[in-house]
Amino acid sequence: MESAITLNHFLLVSGILFAIGLAGVLVRRNLIVIFMCLELMLAAANLTLVAFSRFNPVDGQPNYEGHVLLFFIITVAAAEVAVGLAIIVALFRSRETTDVTKINSMKY
Amino acid sequence: MTFLFYIFAALALIGGIGVVVNRNPVSAAFAMIVSFLGLAALFIQLDAYLVGILQILVYAGAIMVLFVFIIMLLDVEEEEKRRFPIIGITSSFGVAIAFTLLVSVILKRSEIGAKPLPKLAEVSGPGSSDVHRIGEMLFSQYWFPIQIVGVLLLVATVGVIVLSKKELR
Repeated sequence: MESAITLNHFLLVSGILFAIGLAGVLVRRNLIVIFMCLELMLAAANLTLVAFSRFNPVDGQPNYEGHVLLFFIITVAAAEVAVGLAIIVALFRSRETTDVTKINSMKY
Repeated sequence: MTFLFYIFAALALIGGIGVVVNRNPVSAAFAMIVSFLGLAALFIQLDAYLVGILQILVYAGAIMVLFVFIIMLLDVEEEEKRRFPIIGITSSFGVAIAFTLLVSVILKRSEIGAKPLPKLAEVSGPGSSDVHRIGEMLFSQYWFPIQIVGVLLLVATVGVIVLSKKELR
């Protein structure tokens, strides 16, 4: 096993996933898809937490503090998605669009 | 174990790319579910069973159902075939590629990142599962944050109802 999985592998996957989400937020114009890409970035950051907790064991067990933090992050993310989608629905009601290039009344 | 890591990492990354390149929002949502499944498999490979299952239940289950439901509700049309502004697209992908390069360079220089997966101590019997340990921590050491999270969820629920009402009175 010369090519064992190291912490770097997981961190690199996490970083690439974060970059994909970042590119999506910058490129896409549909508000809902932008929001999904934000969730992707959040999930990529979660992978970093789990990887660090597994690679720094306490008493031969993964560091469960990281898992507890992840539990809270997932809960807050769920609340955030609910509120964000409600805001998008309210916006769609008043503007009839989810295209961010058409929602520009505060731009100038 | 090694090839499983590559398979699931590829699944997560391909799903992520699918979210960005699919013009149809519903296809993007389903690509996102694929990405989350790959991510959950990576979590389970890191012995984080509870978190992996939560990732599937909460993200791939609840959150993505909410997204798909809102997409259907709003009847979101595909993004117009009009070409993306070329300068915007190149600069966006430039930022993403620069970020990836930055991460890879930093990782290549780091020493803590090069260590292989440490062996875990063998445990068995009641109270040895990670669900048990995390639950114990949540309700002893982290009792206050979990109360705050409960209040947050209540506030979010009320807020969503208020926000999605037609008119406030």
